[in-house]
Amino acid sequence: MVDFLAQLGRSGLRFFERLGRGHLLLLYILGGIPSVMPRLRLLVQQVYAVGVLSILIILVSGLFVGMVLGLQLYNTLVDFGAESSLGPVVALTLVRELGPVVTALLFAGRAGSALTAEIGLMKATEQLSGMEMMAVDPIKRVLAPRFLAGFIAMPLLAAIFSAVGVLGGYFIGVGLLGVDEGSYWSQMQDSVDFYDDVVNGIIKSLVFGVVATWIAIFEGYDATPTSEGVSRATTRTVVHTSLAVLGLDFILTALMFGDD
Amino acid sequence: MLHSRTVEIWVGIFVAGGLAALFMLAMKVSNLTEVTGEEGYRVTARFENISGLKVRSPVTVAGVRVGRVTDIGYDPNTYEAVVTMQIGHQYDQLPLDTSASILTSGLLGEKYVGLEPGGDIEMMVQGSEIMLTQSSLVLENLIGQFLFSKATEGDEGAE
Repeated sequence: MVDFLAQLGRSGLRFFERLGRGHLLLLYILGGIPSVMPRLRLLVQQVYAVGVLSILIILVSGLFVGMVLGLQLYNTLVDFGAESSLGPVVALTLVRELGPVVTALLFAGRAGSALTAEIGLMKATEQLSGMEMMAVDPIKRVLAPRFLAGFIAMPLLAAIFSAVGVLGGYFIGVGLLGVDEGSYWSQMQDSVDFYDDVVNGIIKSLVFGVVATWIAIFEGYDATPTSEGVSRATTRTVVHTSLAVLGLDFILTALMFGDD
Repeated sequence: MLHSRTVEIWVGIFVAGGLAALFMLAMKVSNLTEVTGEEGYRVTARFENISGLKVRSPVTVAGVRVGRVTDIGYDPNTYEAVVTMQIGHQYDQLPLDTSASILTSGLLGEKYVGLEPGGDIEMMVQGSEIMLTQSSLVLENLIGQFLFSKATEGDEGAE
């Protein structure tokens, strides 16, 4: 019984310790961001790694999500003779929710896991301590550019996802199922508000970008420096990011769209 | 890692693509294009009931959108809703005795303000108040009235 309580207390302490370390790391990274500015090449390389390399999966999944939305919603809306509202429904779903959320989930799987594995391996092979030996701060040299790159790449990826999804809905709705082209676009423009919907979607994706990159970097930096530790950290990155994104999405939606 | 020039080109393409997608969301998907030209003059109108009218609802004359509702307030002295509308500069030929009514597009569509020009020689300017107003039609009241009149008809028939 005492053993059990001690175990419970230890895991509780470990949890708070990790929580605190994670937030301290975030502070250090934010403090290290100004030193990224003179070394833009590092940033560009990281934007390439987390952004450009994720484009293909974002394009393909955006297109298919939009096409599935078009198909499913058409079948439901046509019963009410309301197939002309296909455009608004597809666009609002994508811009408000699916764009930021699905992009963040894909981002966690595609870029977040890679970040964790890379940083974890750097730690396991003692590259990070090597840098410290050479008086190079790994937080400024390795972590801050990656963090900033995630922050930049995520809203762009989410915008690409939403735009491609709207086009996918257009191909299915207008091209295949015969919704009127004019009503698809004009009704969409009528009901999608730039500030309420598009800008809020961008804010969402910025928040998700910070959270996803932060978790990935922290898990990598905090990984047990063994091959098993790195693999566990990678798994944790994907699981924790997905949970955090879905939970945060609910909170952000309640805050942004709750009052009308 | 690839050659750094290639990396830079790809990042450039990525950022440009992302911005293009944002641009498309702004221009093609959302109503940003309509919002431009926010200039115009403001007029107010008092309604007994505005149920369903929202800020940014359209203001129309003869079905043509000429402005938007910019503010909805409440006057505690008269128990009326005060609706402020912004009307575009190019539509400054509205007579002072124009009347405003709250209408519904379609049976269950969104509410909008319909203006009906009158015959006054003077035109509305910044700060004018529309005196003739007609409140929003509350569907529930209408159904209630209909049922009530049906019920009384039924009673008369039974006698």
